[in-house]
Amino acid sequence: MDFILNGRKTQLPEGDPQTTLLDWLRAEGLTGSKEGCAEGECGACTVLLVRPRTAEKKTLSQYVPMNSCLLMLPMLAGQEVFTVEALATTAGMCEVQRAIAEGGGSQCGYCTPGFVMSLFAEQYRPGRVGPCDPHSMGGNLCRCTGYRPIQDAALSIGPAPDDAFRARLDQPAPTAIPFASKRFHRPGTLAECFQLMAANPGARYVAGATDVAVESNLRDLRWPLLISTEALVELQVFTETTGQIEIGAGLSLSEIESPWLTAPRAFKEWFPLFASPLVRNRATLGGNLATGSPIGDAAPLLLAFDASLTIAGPSGRRQVKLSDFFLAYRKTLLAPGQLIVSITIPKPFPQLARFFKVAKRQLDDISTVAACFALACNAAGQIERAGIAYGGVAATPVRVTAAEQWLVGKQWNQKSMEQAQTIVATALKPLDDHRGSAAYRLAMTQSLLAKFWHEQSEATA
Amino acid sequence: MSNVGQPQPHESARGHVTGEALYTNDLLNRFPGVLHAWPVMSPHAHATVTAIDVIPALTIPGVIATLTEAPGEADSGPNRHDEPLFPTEILFYSQPVVWVLAETLEAARLGAAAVNVTYNQLPALVTLDDAIAADSLHSPPLRMNRGDATEAIAACTHKLTGELRIGGQEHFYLETQCALAWLDESGGVSLHCSTQHPSETQEIVARVLGWPKNRVIVECLRMGGAFGGKEVQANCWAAVAALGALKTGRPVSVRLPRKLDMILTGKRHPFLAKFEAGFSSQGKIEAAKMSLYADAGWSLDLSEPIVWRAMFHADNCYNIPAIDLTGYVVKTHKTSQTAFRGFGGPQGMLVIEDIADRIARTLGLAPEVVRERNFYREGDVTHYGQPVKDAARISRIWAELKESSEFAARRTAISDFNSRHRHTKRGIAITSVKFGISFTATMFNQAGAMVLIYRDGSVQVNHGGTEMGQGLQTKIRQIAADGLGVEASAIRLMPTRTDKVPNTSATAASAGSDLNGAAVLDACRKLQSALTTVAVELLKCATVKFENGEVHGDNGAVIAFAKLVESAYRQRLPLFASGYYRTPEIHYDPATGQGRPFFYYAYGAAVSEVELDGFTGAMRLRRVDILEDCGQSLSPLVDRGQIEGGFIQGAGWLTLEELVWDAKGRLATNSASTYKLPSWAELPEVFNVKMLERAAEPGVVFGSKAVGEPPLMLAISVREAIRDAIAAFGAPRLIEIDSPATPERIYFAIERIRN
Repeated sequence: MDFILNGRKTQLPEGDPQTTLLDWLRAEGLTGSKEGCAEGECGACTVLLVRPRTAEKKTLSQYVPMNSCLLMLPMLAGQEVFTVEALATTAGMCEVQRAIAEGGGSQCGYCTPGFVMSLFAEQYRPGRVGPCDPHSMGGNLCRCTGYRPIQDAALSIGPAPDDAFRARLDQPAPTAIPFASKRFHRPGTLAECFQLMAANPGARYVAGATDVAVESNLRDLRWPLLISTEALVELQVFTETTGQIEIGAGLSLSEIESPWLTAPRAFKEWFPLFASPLVRNRATLGGNLATGSPIGDAAPLLLAFDASLTIAGPSGRRQVKLSDFFLAYRKTLLAPGQLIVSITIPKPFPQLARFFKVAKRQLDDISTVAACFALACNAAGQIERAGIAYGGVAATPVRVTAAEQWLVGKQWNQKSMEQAQTIVATALKPLDDHRGSAAYRLAMTQSLLAKFWHEQSEATA
Repeated sequence: MSNVGQPQPHESARGHVTGEALYTNDLLNRFPGVLHAWPVMSPHAHATVTAIDVIPALTIPGVIATLTEAPGEADSGPNRHDEPLFPTEILFYSQPVVWVLAETLEAARLGAAAVNVTYNQLPALVTLDDAIAADSLHSPPLRMNRGDATEAIAACTHKLTGELRIGGQEHFYLETQCALAWLDESGGVSLHCSTQHPSETQEIVARVLGWPKNRVIVECLRMGGAFGGKEVQANCWAAVAALGALKTGRPVSVRLPRKLDMILTGKRHPFLAKFEAGFSSQGKIEAAKMSLYADAGWSLDLSEPIVWRAMFHADNCYNIPAIDLTGYVVKTHKTSQTAFRGFGGPQGMLVIEDIADRIARTLGLAPEVVRERNFYREGDVTHYGQPVKDAARISRIWAELKESSEFAARRTAISDFNSRHRHTKRGIAITSVKFGISFTATMFNQAGAMVLIYRDGSVQVNHGGTEMGQGLQTKIRQIAADGLGVEASAIRLMPTRTDKVPNTSATAASAGSDLNGAAVLDACRKLQSALTTVAVELLKCATVKFENGEVHGDNGAVIAFAKLVESAYRQRLPLFASGYYRTPEIHYDPATGQGRPFFYYAYGAAVSEVELDGFTGAMRLRRVDILEDCGQSLSPLVDRGQIEGGFIQGAGWLTLEELVWDAKGRLATNSASTYKLPSWAELPEVFNVKMLERAAEPGVVFGSKAVGEPPLMLAISVREAIRDAIAAFGAPRLIEIDSPATPERIYFAIERIRN
């Protein structure tokens, strides 16, 4: 199997399937992409993948920036990749390069190619109007400049020029089609997944690899077989009816965010706080839940919205409540071989719903505490349904059902919310770690409820 | 001048944005057969090594060799030789014991895992408090004083005592430590190394190999950031690479992946400060006593001069008649803390700024009033006996910045906002910086250069400075272009090499362009002077002017620089020159704590405005205004970058970046996902940066001033604005908050003030 690298058909190398695209590019002499962290945090290795534009516009393309340190080589089978080496032509630097270079946007220069790639994708983003959004570079870290000149460069850049890169977007993009190589399979059906899993003890499912590749790069885990879910069309659904919304477990966060214009406010608050754009372009909703991490940000949101999961395995498929899914620290209901097919959120959505995240850094950080509160009230202001869920305060993401049950039937007012805080305080026993003390976490579980009340009541006042 | 003083993009900007600019590790595939190294790391913070068995490693496919000894002295300690490469006593968690070389990094790692080392675990001093209690010090306490502070405090109307804990900071240069060594063609070893101090890297490599220095060449192309972290701590990895090359005959690469870099290399020193101060009812500080405990980690490194610099800056901009400072270089079983932009200065300044705010809140005065009342005036002398040159600039900058930032009006607007919001409060603060420029070890204040002109008029410039992103090469090119009177495009800046200019100093202490720029200018002037003689004859004129690649006679005649050079060659004149510079007038005696350690001071001030969320302690930086004294800026775009970047880095240190070690001495924040440096969210919503006008500094190259470090300390204004906002949540009282002011610390400080 081949892939297209900087416009040229390139043989996908044999060898260790856990080799990252970054390591391979650098070994090939394409050293413009740098390693700063090898865990998708710094963006110095950013490359562009040519991907289908949207579900509706499959015949058109877009440039999607990703961390090449989190892409394993076989994942690129059939894909199309651009690295920083492709951007400057004989005519000179591209607009993004010129703007960053001339405006003082590079100092040591090591992170710069990554910024260039993210901003280039932003310049060529279909449908963009006005200046480039600096937050498109939210997955790129710079230790030298303090970002101001890079921001100014972004704001100075207008529409994409009429060039070959622009023309490429009018052509279809490759999709992830079934593929198999040594120690890496990308089957097209769930049945094949289950067979492979049964036949290969120790095999591991992988979707966007934003977690799996970190385990590979930093914790040195090696698997006899990786089974990619990327060619499973069943995991790519996005269907909304009057009664529910079903989101395929294999959709990346970006693929959920961009078409879902009518998403509730809590979801719109959650998207930009979830990791960084580079990670959101790759990380899947199913993956975020399946890791069972107590600090995954999707869980508290979906718990408060009373979501369910469709789980499939060799013995069939079933629906489970997300609130029953998390068993213990990084342990879930998923039995060996099973995977999440989709996430279903019931409608109507509760009208009072907010997502909060407390972290040391406001963007692209891991939660100290994450919380989602979702209340539905009747015309008389009585609470009919309550969802109160947290991340970062226990071994698993949790719903505080005692507080939820107590709230049902109560008036939506300060007194009720204060009582809910008291119940939450007795229900949770968070721990100390490097992100925050137990005392702070416990204080936040209550304080965020107070903030929720304060901001909602102020908004209605 | 057509180059100096012009805003020019970074000399390598094109290379940066295209990915063509090369860093040490980008060169690997130019070295066939290169081996990769991985350390065997101790699982204890303190232990003795009782046995080592490397044989199992050699059975791992791809493993070529292990390193357990050196032909020379196996120690990379820069001053005191206290950093054994192959230690028998382990002094910090993860300390390398043995190195494994293999065909791939993976094989080296597996080989290291196979080495059997047995340890006898010993009790470890992990926390600063435990080490202080155990009297664990690297050196006797350092002292500096003026007058009798104890007596003066006793005589004061008001007194306070307090403590401040100051966190360290990870450099997080995007390019981690790396070195590449190979045996050259004539009996020597050559290295590419990401180092701020190629000459010292050369020295350590020579020491470890047991060779004279002339057999070692170190080259630094450029660094992907350094910030002090590669001033001495690049040496160890270079020594391992050289040792590996010598043992195997093959090129050897040592590159620390991020986690190794974080757990093995030193950081900015965490400090504990204990202080007392006496002051008048008007807020005048009459006397101060400070004990500064620096958590130096396992080896001495540069900790002594760092603590000295903290003591030199414990006055910041304030004239304190009686002062008594004691500095402790505390030995703990942690990474060996090292140079980091500001070099102790930030910690010293933070303490006195913390005290200033405490005095203000004790007296019910605005903090800016207390600060202003204590400023040095013209003619004042510091506690170490140095006259405060240009002291009037402190007040001038203060006044200009207060005006341009609309400080008074914003104070009123903020009070108004705060009275209308119960859970959200804003705060504002103005703080200033006086930072001494020069290495306090006087001998390092020298630099050399070598400028070569070829017959076609093209020029190569060599000097001892290294490029780490700070724009040194950009400035040097401007200096050389004007120094020779040629176009900037005629000049090629050469990578820093120890075989071009010997015995150089580290590129550090903000002095890179002061020292190397002056040395390059010296060489250019020698060459220009020689060429002038030729030109005057050729053009038949009395005087000539070199400008943009042409030489103009006072009679109107013109000759191209290249033609003049060719004529000089034909007349058999040398077309190369060395340049040299040493900073005049500086001296310092550590025994008495007195002298003139600094050639001049760099001044600046900043106003920061923040907003705090009382529910979470989250902080938003709303606006920053900076006025910085860069002298006559050599390169305004570069200097602005230093000011902005330094400020944000300082804000990260003070509000966000937190190092956490666990009880075993393991660094818990050992990756980019657990240690957070500023991202887009930390960029202030409004960021106004200006440079002081009419500020040329006599005696410094083209009237410029150093700018690398001083702006970092302007970020103290962010911390002080946070304290101002915290105060708005309750009744007036002291705002005690340790550093960094993370959301958690802010939240609990608000809770204290509310109750």
